[in-house]
Amino acid sequence: MHDKTLTELAAALSAGEFSSRELTEHLLARIERHDGELNSFITVTAEQALEAADQADAARAQGEAGPLTGLPLALKDIFCTRGVKTSAGSRMLDNFVSPYDATVVEKLAAAGTVSLGKTNMDEFAMGSSNENSFYGPVKNPWDLAAVPGGSSGGSAAAVAAGLVPAAMGTDTGGSIRQPSAFCGLTGLKPTYGRVSRYGMIAYASSLDQAGPMARSAADCALLLGAIAGHDLRDSTSVARGVPDYTEELDAPLSGLKIGLPREYFGDGLSPEVEGAVREAIGVFETLGATVREVSLPHTPYAIPAYYVIAPAEASSNLSRFDGVRFGYRCEAPADLIDLYKRSRAEGFGEEVKRRILIGTHTLSEGFFDAYYKKAQQVRRLIRQDFLDAFDEVDVLMGPASPTPAFDLGANKDPVSMYLQDIYTIAVNLAGIPGISVPAGFTGGRSTGGRPTGGRPIGLQILGTHFAEARLLNVAHQFQQATDWHLRRPGIIEETA
Amino acid sequence: MQWETVIGLEVHVQLATRSKIFSGASTAFGAEPNTQACAVDLGLPGVLPVLNEQAVAMAVQFGLGIHAEIPEVSVFDRKNYFYPDLPKGYQTSQMYHPIVGPGEVEIALDDGSTKAVRVHHAHLEEDAGKSLHELFSNGRGHGMTGIDLNRAGTPLLEIVSEPDMRSAKEAAAYLKAIHSIVTYLGISDGNMAEGSMRCDVNVSVRPKGQEAFGTRAEIKNVNSFRFVERAIEYEVERQIELLEDGGTVIQETRLFDPEADETRSMRTKEQANDYRYFPCPDLLPVVLDQAYVDHLRDTLPELPAAKRARFEGELGLSAYDAGVLSASREMAEYFEEVKDVCGDAKQAANWVQGELSGALNREGLAIGDSPVSARQLGELIRRVMDDTINGKAAKQVFQALWNDQGESADEVIEAKGLKQVTDTGAIEAMIDQVIADSPAQVAQYRDAEPEKRGKMIGYFVGQVMKASRGTANPQQVNALLKEKLDALC
Repeated sequence: MHDKTLTELAAALSAGEFSSRELTEHLLARIERHDGELNSFITVTAEQALEAADQADAARAQGEAGPLTGLPLALKDIFCTRGVKTSAGSRMLDNFVSPYDATVVEKLAAAGTVSLGKTNMDEFAMGSSNENSFYGPVKNPWDLAAVPGGSSGGSAAAVAAGLVPAAMGTDTGGSIRQPSAFCGLTGLKPTYGRVSRYGMIAYASSLDQAGPMARSAADCALLLGAIAGHDLRDSTSVARGVPDYTEELDAPLSGLKIGLPREYFGDGLSPEVEGAVREAIGVFETLGATVREVSLPHTPYAIPAYYVIAPAEASSNLSRFDGVRFGYRCEAPADLIDLYKRSRAEGFGEEVKRRILIGTHTLSEGFFDAYYKKAQQVRRLIRQDFLDAFDEVDVLMGPASPTPAFDLGANKDPVSMYLQDIYTIAVNLAGIPGISVPAGFTGGRSTGGRPTGGRPIGLQILGTHFAEARLLNVAHQFQQATDWHLRRPGIIEETA
Repeated sequence: MQWETVIGLEVHVQLATRSKIFSGASTAFGAEPNTQACAVDLGLPGVLPVLNEQAVAMAVQFGLGIHAEIPEVSVFDRKNYFYPDLPKGYQTSQMYHPIVGPGEVEIALDDGSTKAVRVHHAHLEEDAGKSLHELFSNGRGHGMTGIDLNRAGTPLLEIVSEPDMRSAKEAAAYLKAIHSIVTYLGISDGNMAEGSMRCDVNVSVRPKGQEAFGTRAEIKNVNSFRFVERAIEYEVERQIELLEDGGTVIQETRLFDPEADETRSMRTKEQANDYRYFPCPDLLPVVLDQAYVDHLRDTLPELPAAKRARFEGELGLSAYDAGVLSASREMAEYFEEVKDVCGDAKQAANWVQGELSGALNREGLAIGDSPVSARQLGELIRRVMDDTINGKAAKQVFQALWNDQGESADEVIEAKGLKQVTDTGAIEAMIDQVIADSPAQVAQYRDAEPEKRGKMIGYFVGQVMKASRGTANPQQVNALLKEKLDALC
């Protein structure tokens, strides 16, 4: 049962094939068995999960089950969860038990889902490989030598390994789409403002957005419907009706206009990834879509602009972690300044400190105009690139990342790591939605004697603001025509 | 050398919203520490601010009250610095696009003239919490500081003036004008003792006639009208002395110590923070549509300057009376009700500033706490004006009302039998009795020089008034007595 999609599990639960408690117990046992190796969870909330499963079963018995009732999932450890440690992957919050629920957590609980726990992540969502976690790196279930991607690496690995059928991630520069691509999942970053950020520990407030990571586009549609919507507690959430995202999944793609951004197929793109993506585009053509090349001319400036804006916001967002009210506090501070300096020096990891330094510098007197203001101008141009492209085509397609999952420890240099997000980062700057879907695998290789089908490759599909229903439809149609999303790593098959 | 003082004020006004500027926690004063701080005020991970619409409305009302430009768009910025009572490590404020643009405040000077002080802008921001050093320094916990976050997130309107004031008195008058505007508007309780209004004072001096400003010092957190004057006077003297001794004023932040009556250096410009202002990404720009601003303009109450002009022009009060009676909204409202009830502005002004203010001052009461209501006082004055009682009885009635010995002037007059006797026959009878009972005084009167008799009549008036228990009409008593006594001569 750990092999199934949410849609399949919902059908099985409602057919009475098994209860939510049985499903939950089965998955908790799998976590127990496999996660020592994968390290995808920071906290497993078995007790609360079983309680929620029992409630879901009781609701179902009363005839009060909704489409998500009793379905297990996991939450990236960036969502504040009442009574549960919420660490953001940082030593700084290792002792932080949230007194309140994030809106996303509240909504998922209200929909009857069963959270099994909190997943590993790059510290404060800063990273592309999940190697920046205080709780140690996460391994890619497809190949234990590989990273799962980041920053929602724990969520991706847990779903790929069959520990949970879906998980929530967050995406500031690619943190849902890239790990989804690396782990063979379908991951959706919604339009900025579509999902409330309340209770999501902020990295870069103007870019952060929560979204689902699952085994199919249909599952993402189900989850997005549950978490989307206006929230009075988040002024940047948009007051706009939430459609039934499952309704348009089956619409045919004939006449769909696909644009291929020239800049997404240039230097640095691995031939294997390019091959898989071009093959996927061929599939869309057979489904009746037309394909043309478009240009997003400001693409080369996306990474520099992002690495001004995101660290600037982060440097301010992370100021509250000062050792005074909550979180890590150094031993025996000599005075206030010592308390600040050592609590932050000891509580934050290297990458977080690097970005705080960058952000503090770019906001400083004398540099603000040259960096922050200029980056905001670039951001507007990047947004305009996309809007211009969407005047001509319905969706844009390209690779989700320049390479498949790389080996743990392979990217030591921060800048080469930053370049991992070259195809995803502009999307956050523009605020548009994007989805990553499995579209192939690298040539077979084996790790530790375990046969694998290679490492997954992700196709990224982009739409204009609030075009989530369209993206899910396009992804779903692709998944009706291909079986990449149905493949499972050995870790699942072994014990299935 | 002749020196000229240049002063600019930054006044922080706590807005009288029920909840905080970015959270739903209460703003009530005096609660147990940290009982009015919610997750947002504590700056917990993941929380987000939501702007309080009431704070926006109040800021706009202030802007309209000083005839300021109200920009269509204003933006919140983050001011970044570390301090234990600043939970998020930044203060949400407005640096580049404030909610209120340039305006003007009219201040009243001692000579009765007025002067316009320009306001550069006013912006909304959140207050920080409070560090409680004293609580922990003696007794338990050596060298510890407590943090009370009840005040964190309280909405403040910071009103920044141009350097238009030229003396400590003008600065105090400006502060009083701001106080009276915000209390008139009802957007602040203006309670300086509780910190609802505090100000930073920028002071510099320059040789008279010189155009360029001197180097200024900023005196932080002055919290009373009196302290503003004293701090400026001290600081001006300090700067002049320094310059005359050949020294230079350095740009710095200073603190006023009311105990020592002096200002002390807190930090110099070099030690100043780089606040790294940038637009707060958690809040949308505030966009005010014209209809909203128009509605607030239409519902604006009459403000002190307009009121003062009307009291002087329409009601014919002196400039001084008009100034005193319009100084606070409570005073003005009280006066206007007295005037409406009695129908005579001058009488109303005399009573409010005379008998009533005297009694209030004696007991240390504010006008809002007056035991005599405006209606009661107005009715009392009406009874004087229609000759029901005389002035002496009126004071008795006032005292009785003050002591809660009656619901209305009429009730007291009735109960105490203070109704003025104007019946000539009754007065004559009393006069005859007094003359009959005072043969010695009558003889003295008769023997006196006619020009001295005027003074001597006082004795008889007193006796007659006494006999009438103060109710006889004094003018009638006077006239009749004179007539009767002179007839005896």
